[in-house]
Amino acid sequence: MQTAKVELIGISKNFPGVVALDNVDIAFQPGEVHALLGENGAGKSTLIKIMTGALSRDAGAVLINGKPVELDSPAAAQAVGIGAVYQEVNLIPSLSVAANLTLERQPRRFGFISWRKAAEDARVALKRLDVSIDVERPLGSYSLAIQHLVAIARALREDTQVLVLDEPTASLDAREVERLFAILRDLKARGLAIVFITHFLDQVYQIADRITVLRNGRRVGAGPTSALPQVELVSLMLGHELQAVEERRPPAEAKAEGEPVLSVKELGAKRVMAPFDLELRAGDVLGLAGLLGSGRTETAKLVFGASAADSGAIRVDGKPVSIRSPRQAIRLGIGFCPEDRKREGLMLELTVRENIILALQTKRGWLRLLSAAEQEKIASDMIRALGIATPDADKPVGQLSGGNQQKVILARWLVSNPRVLILDEPTRGIDVGAHAEIVALIRRLCAEGMALLVASSELDEIVAFSTRVAVLRDRRKVAEISGAKIERDDIVQAIAAP
Amino acid sequence: MGEEDMNERYMPLAATIVVFLAIYAFGAAAYNNFLSTLVFGDLLTDNAFVIIAAIGATFVILSGGIDLSVGSMIGFVSVAMAALDAQGWHPLLSALLLVSFGAVFGGAMGALIDACDIQPFILTLAAMFLLRGLCFVITLDSLPINHPFVAAFSDWRIPLPGDGRLSASALLMLAALAAGIVLAHFTRFGANVYAIGGDRNSARLMGAPIRRTMIQVYGLGGFYGALAGVAYAFYTGSGYPLAAVGVELDAIAAVVLGGTLLTGGVGYVAGTLFGGLIQGTIQTLITFDGRLTSWWTKIVIGALLFFFITAQRSIMRSTALMRHPA
Repeated sequence: MQTAKVELIGISKNFPGVVALDNVDIAFQPGEVHALLGENGAGKSTLIKIMTGALSRDAGAVLINGKPVELDSPAAAQAVGIGAVYQEVNLIPSLSVAANLTLERQPRRFGFISWRKAAEDARVALKRLDVSIDVERPLGSYSLAIQHLVAIARALREDTQVLVLDEPTASLDAREVERLFAILRDLKARGLAIVFITHFLDQVYQIADRITVLRNGRRVGAGPTSALPQVELVSLMLGHELQAVEERRPPAEAKAEGEPVLSVKELGAKRVMAPFDLELRAGDVLGLAGLLGSGRTETAKLVFGASAADSGAIRVDGKPVSIRSPRQAIRLGIGFCPEDRKREGLMLELTVRENIILALQTKRGWLRLLSAAEQEKIASDMIRALGIATPDADKPVGQLSGGNQQKVILARWLVSNPRVLILDEPTRGIDVGAHAEIVALIRRLCAEGMALLVASSELDEIVAFSTRVAVLRDRRKVAEISGAKIERDDIVQAIAAP
Repeated sequence: MGEEDMNERYMPLAATIVVFLAIYAFGAAAYNNFLSTLVFGDLLTDNAFVIIAAIGATFVILSGGIDLSVGSMIGFVSVAMAALDAQGWHPLLSALLLVSFGAVFGGAMGALIDACDIQPFILTLAAMFLLRGLCFVITLDSLPINHPFVAAFSDWRIPLPGDGRLSASALLMLAALAAGIVLAHFTRFGANVYAIGGDRNSARLMGAPIRRTMIQVYGLGGFYGALAGVAYAFYTGSGYPLAAVGVELDAIAAVVLGGTLLTGGVGYVAGTLFGGLIQGTIQTLITFDGRLTSWWTKIVIGALLFFFITAQRSIMRSTALMRHPA
């Protein structure tokens, strides 16, 4: 057994209202590609930001060759040999390739930068990855694949011990991925530890020696790749956290009959989601299951008109309708609770009351304003009905816990009395108790005859509330399971099937 | 290295120089005496203080920010110069004091902008009112600067071939420009300014010192603003509380005409010289014409600015300088 080059021990990190990382241990061995896997919000990005000095940790320690180190800035992490290529932001497209590669380490003569020498340094750094391009041109003028390689070249220094790559293949085509993997194998042979974050499972089996799976900020599985077959891996990623809700099915096929409230035919958008069909009847809960990147959110947004479809037809109550914007969807009685409630759902500075009446007011139009007394009554009714824990209706939503924020969004749609409610990850980042309450609420709404479309990365949750399940893989609807056949294992099989 | 196509980063600068030459050629063709070292020398002298201020503004805009306090800084420095002159200070000594004040004042703005995450627009707007108000605390009227050094400064000149001359103001401006070019393109500070303006978050992750650079950028903006104030005081031989109202906007226009992107990260300090000269040349042309009021300068500059920003936008689109990895 070799000494671990970099060990993270007991790392915890809290953001307001969310536990991002909870006591995570992980060790990166030299000469190994270590895949870090998990759904959105699992804590992968937070973990690598802590390990590369971009974020501070609340608890835990980072050891390098057994010695604790302080990583309080990206520069400090680089100094101890940890280099990173981040997913969204990495380099500066307006600067030349040479300037990007040499920022803060430009060669100087008499205190002034020697750009000739800098260009030479840049060429040498790229040479290590077998890239030969004009380093004087702006980075943004090159393809994304080249930009990624430049970012890797920057992260790789003579003394780099650990290279962290966050979704490096997301924007690459198959040939470019092969080239990147060849480079990674070469670096691995030179003894580097490589941390590889991706949502492409086939790539994990191609390149990774070891896997760690995170879920809701906790490490839920770890081991050599050979010991983790794909089905087990999918199962780990999709979680087992619904002990609080008893395994009771909604009254199966009790109400879900009659004309579909919402029917979708061949709806799709190029590069976003392959055309798919969906039908929702009153009393239906259609679960959308699939891995990160399979198209769950995309499906929800297409139906709601939040992203533009380029094919397909939608009918509401059998009548053809056109949904090109959320506004039209809302007027047709469709509601949508987005995945990222802080960025897309709630106005955090507005009060609970203001957030709750927002959709109702939109539906009524701004000419028929709700009076203060009406607003007050609606808000307090909802606070009572959903058990929102807030001292009063005039508290800013930003100060509530995650679970209560989610209930406020639900309340917003419930007061406008929608026929169809679309929920994207309704239980993301909320605690176990609130989790069970939200699931119970979904069942209740279903029993009252609402039609729901619920995307979730938690299989147990989908199994607990769905009357039917649509399985998505690689932005395509691959199966629909209904009735008594809704079992966790069936869904996992459908997701993992080659 | 023997490439066919030009590096796209030079395109805005090249466009600026072409526009300047075109306007100048138009003047030379239309008016007899236009193409002379006299007109050119005066162009440099008359626009020296605006260009000096614009050089500082170039750094601020390259970093992705904006500084609206420049005009007030010029006014304040000119008034303070006159007030200190009345107290018997040597103009060089008061210039030294006020330029240091400008740098510290600007640095404080930079520190506040970064530490409190304030929009540069609003903070420098506050500074603009503050400094303009201070002018009137010192004096309500125009004050002369009587020290013989000031007269000597404005009389001193290097004769140019023909009947032109290079004044001390013009030389000061050219020196400030040279210093600006070196700072922007040959120091780590300059590289960090471009990086922060290009993508602040990436720059932070790449290890660029954000706080320090922001303080330095606005400090430099304040320094150049105060230096422009000194040039203005020497040029007019007086201090006036309403001096240089709106010059911050002339400076910003010079920067943008000079090919620097308002969003930051792209541009050249040398471009700002040409941006300033374009404005000055249009003014001179309108003076030569004699039939139009000087307000037509503003109209033409407005039209040019509009043309420039739309043209820049399309250059940026086509070369994908703004594109970012997904």
